[in-house]
Amino acid sequence: MSQDVDLPAASTVEPVKVEPAADGLRAEAPLAERRAESIWSELLADIPGLLGAVFLAALVIVALFAPWIAPHDPAAQNIILRLRPPVWMDGGSWAHILGTDHLGRDVLSRILHGSRISLLVGLGTVALAGGFGVLIGLIAGYAGGRTDAFIVAVVDIQIAFPGLLLALMILAVVGPSTMTVIVVLALNGWMVYTRITRSIVLGLRHTAYVEAAEMVGCRPGRVLWRHLLPNLASPLLTLATLEFARIVLAEAALSFLGLGVQPPATSWGLDVAQGKDYMFRAWWLVTFPGIAIALTVLAINLVASWSRVTSDPLEREKRFARRIIGSPGLRARMLAKGPS
Amino acid sequence: MTTTLPPAPTTLAAPPASEAEAPLLSVEGLTVDFYTRRGLVHAVRGVSFSLGKGAALGLVGESGCGKSVTSQAIMGLIHLPGEITGGDISWKGRSLLGPAAAAYRRQVCGGEIAIVFQDPMTSLDPLFSIGRQIGEVLVRHKGMEPAKARVRALELLDLVRINAPERRFRQLPHALSGGMRQRALIAMALASEPELLIADEPTTALDVTVQAQILDLLIDLRQRLGLAVLMITHDLGVVARLCQQVAVMYAGTVVERDRADAVLLRPAHPYARGLLRSTPALETRLDRLLTIDGQPPDLRRPPQGCAFLPRCARGTDSCRTRPPLGPKPGGTGGRVACWHPVTEPETVPAAASPAGGSAAVRPDPLVAVEGLTVHFPAGRDGLFGPRRVVQAVDGVSFTVRAGETLGLVGESGSGKTTTGRAILRRAPITRGDVRYRGQSITTLTGEPLRRLRRDMQLIFQDPYASLNPRMTVFDIVAEPLIVHGLAPDRRALRDQVVDLLALVGLPADAVTRHPHAFSGGQRQRIGIARALTLEPAFIVADEPVSALDVSIRAQVVNLMQDLQARLGLTYLFIAHDLAVVRHIADRVAIMYAGQIVELGDRDRVYADPRHPYTETLLAAVPPVDPRAEIRPTRPGEVPSPLAPPPGCRFASRCPLVTEQCRAAPPSLSPRADGHLLACWHR
Repeated sequence: MSQDVDLPAASTVEPVKVEPAADGLRAEAPLAERRAESIWSELLADIPGLLGAVFLAALVIVALFAPWIAPHDPAAQNIILRLRPPVWMDGGSWAHILGTDHLGRDVLSRILHGSRISLLVGLGTVALAGGFGVLIGLIAGYAGGRTDAFIVAVVDIQIAFPGLLLALMILAVVGPSTMTVIVVLALNGWMVYTRITRSIVLGLRHTAYVEAAEMVGCRPGRVLWRHLLPNLASPLLTLATLEFARIVLAEAALSFLGLGVQPPATSWGLDVAQGKDYMFRAWWLVTFPGIAIALTVLAINLVASWSRVTSDPLEREKRFARRIIGSPGLRARMLAKGPS
Repeated sequence: MTTTLPPAPTTLAAPPASEAEAPLLSVEGLTVDFYTRRGLVHAVRGVSFSLGKGAALGLVGESGCGKSVTSQAIMGLIHLPGEITGGDISWKGRSLLGPAAAAYRRQVCGGEIAIVFQDPMTSLDPLFSIGRQIGEVLVRHKGMEPAKARVRALELLDLVRINAPERRFRQLPHALSGGMRQRALIAMALASEPELLIADEPTTALDVTVQAQILDLLIDLRQRLGLAVLMITHDLGVVARLCQQVAVMYAGTVVERDRADAVLLRPAHPYARGLLRSTPALETRLDRLLTIDGQPPDLRRPPQGCAFLPRCARGTDSCRTRPPLGPKPGGTGGRVACWHPVTEPETVPAAASPAGGSAAVRPDPLVAVEGLTVHFPAGRDGLFGPRRVVQAVDGVSFTVRAGETLGLVGESGSGKTTTGRAILRRAPITRGDVRYRGQSITTLTGEPLRRLRRDMQLIFQDPYASLNPRMTVFDIVAEPLIVHGLAPDRRALRDQVVDLLALVGLPADAVTRHPHAFSGGQRQRIGIARALTLEPAFIVADEPVSALDVSIRAQVVNLMQDLQARLGLTYLFIAHDLAVVRHIADRVAIMYAGQIVELGDRDRVYADPRHPYTETLLAAVPPVDPRAEIRPTRPGEVPSPLAPPPGCRFASRCPLVTEQCRAAPPSLSPRADGHLLACWHR
């Protein structure tokens, strides 16, 4: 300690306590808990975001337990019971709540099973494209110079190339399957991650704390991993959510074109494609998978919008203040606390 | 030495005639609260003051004291999450608050009351010319014809002494210098012919010579237009120069309100006194700066009693109830909110002995810089024009002796920061050589350069931006050891970090917290601890205290001096604040437009500045003592680093300029007493 004590905190320094080294880790736990709790309360404050999140949670549960929830095997055909309408129409029955298709397969079961493909392709593509795109973006933004120029050129070329054409080419050569769909969609989607990551890194790499990290001798890998990546988390999360919604649509489109998921596997896009020939005789074949796609994309967008606001501290404070000022009870309670 | 207040002339003690009428602006018991997720922040807790026609009131305080929030409340600029929860603001006797006053508020705020903010760049629209932006105010607020508005806008530009107003009128904000932009902003504020101008730290972002010019302008406008001014600032020198009345704010309340000379010479509130004492003076040098211990209170839980009690040496039990803003002893008609106001005259401790300074300076140079030149490419002039080059640093030579502190002083654009970065090999060296302990480090790369970090470190200016918000203090301070493979096992590492934190005056439990849990001063301590982790011999401190409040600044400067004495550190102390440099440095180098113009022993440079630029710089610092003579300011600004003049770079502003100066640059050469100077005429 300095002798002429006029440092503010100096007087409060207690003799150094010998504590177990793990203490630092344990003290962090309550913080993480608090954070989780606060995210939950943030979600409660945003009704559309909450509805979206609840829908997505239900979708995940359905996807995980589809074989047990679904009333029928989605591929089981029954020509006798073909083109049955939903239960509330003449000729409908509780056995097939949302009716049957032209092969007599249960529409509800197909939708429930289709959610698995949507989520699998969505998550797989976002993970693949996001992982690759963010890595490339980090390198481009941090390395700068020729590396950056080269990567930017590749990104621009890839973006200029018609995505659907590329997908058709690859699928035609390799042959359609769920895995191929994921790879093809990732190949068409990584550039947006690269662009966003690169632009944020370009802004962050001249901030003082990144310079400080380099100044103490951190190697580039550590600067990227410890100092840049964590600060990219919230914009990337929002982007990934939005991309997820786009991928769900893209998978449906590919499957609709017959280049995506192949029968006997099920997918919402495939259902719409197969139902389109019967659109005027059996509207439910295209309508229910269509609604499933629309609701899922809407829910994801609601969650993305919530996460965008929540990751912006100023927006978050405003939302909080609006809630307090809007509610006389909350406001009075906060004001009444007064000075301690 | 004691300072006593001169016997108050009766003309000053009695309120001026204009103030006897109903006040122009009156703020009564104003409270502003912010509904934040971390709790209700009581930003302003009962502020009252009034302002007469043509008066100038200084609202002084450190960051977070509520001075800016008060001004925003007056302008009707309090938005979510903030809300005015009590009190009243009235203009010419009519309230400005509440839905009933909405129309009156629209007419007054932005019309009869105008505001000028700190940062002129963010207040101006980058897409529209200066003239158009001023004209728009005239068309919108005064209902002027566009043609008339143009004439009036030119008049206004002339009024704020912008040279060549016809040309400036068409220019976009980015084409103007900081000082010009602030003038343009003032012109825009004057467009609505206000009776009151609120100036919210209008000169804080400006260089000291430009600040002096803007202050002159404000004084001149007051005299010519009879404008009342509410000056919001943390700088006591600015107040001394401009204001007759001062209100000192602390923790959301006014603690003292009085005539400016009475507050500045005989402050009655212990906080006001502490603030004055911790402001380093340009004229004298103390061995240690005086500080106010502790931190301002958390405004989510402001104390029931006097908010200053935890930091006050005079506190008693009676301070547990909040003191009212009562009459101040001393017969100046002022008011003070203190149960035990200071009545004894301010005593200034004796100046340090002339031999003072770092005792352990060894004559051998630790760092030697020779002909250092840093040029940055700046694109082309037009699409096919020649490549342009920013000549940030141009042939700088000096040595830093082991154990000393070399102060590197200059205004923005002088190249002082680039010089510091180039020595640390963070800026590309175009020409010249940097040697550390006799070894050239100019061309080091890769692993040897990384090893150099263990010997040379950097302390950053901004304590908020320089700490990764997502890392704990432990991770931040331990990182240098980890990346250099010097980290012992985790337990020993933790002990080492705790020791380092103790060294900079932070408690051991800080290790598990994130930077946001700390105040600016504490964060700067964390930054210093990080710089010390590798036990470097040489530290470049780049404006280490300029982002801190006055009382905290003094604490950090003292800490840096203590650390130097204990650890034998050598500092290159880069700053624009001449008073702080005088306090900490052994020798001082003055930089102007990429070159050193004067280098010598601290006391000699300050007491007997030789270079005309050094004189200009010293004269521009507004003295806190209101009795000090006002030194004339010099016009002009730093030349563009894209095309510096061929001769002496100060020639365009120099009073001694001759043909010789314009033809050839003078070199930095020693005078008889070892003082280095770059001037043809001194």
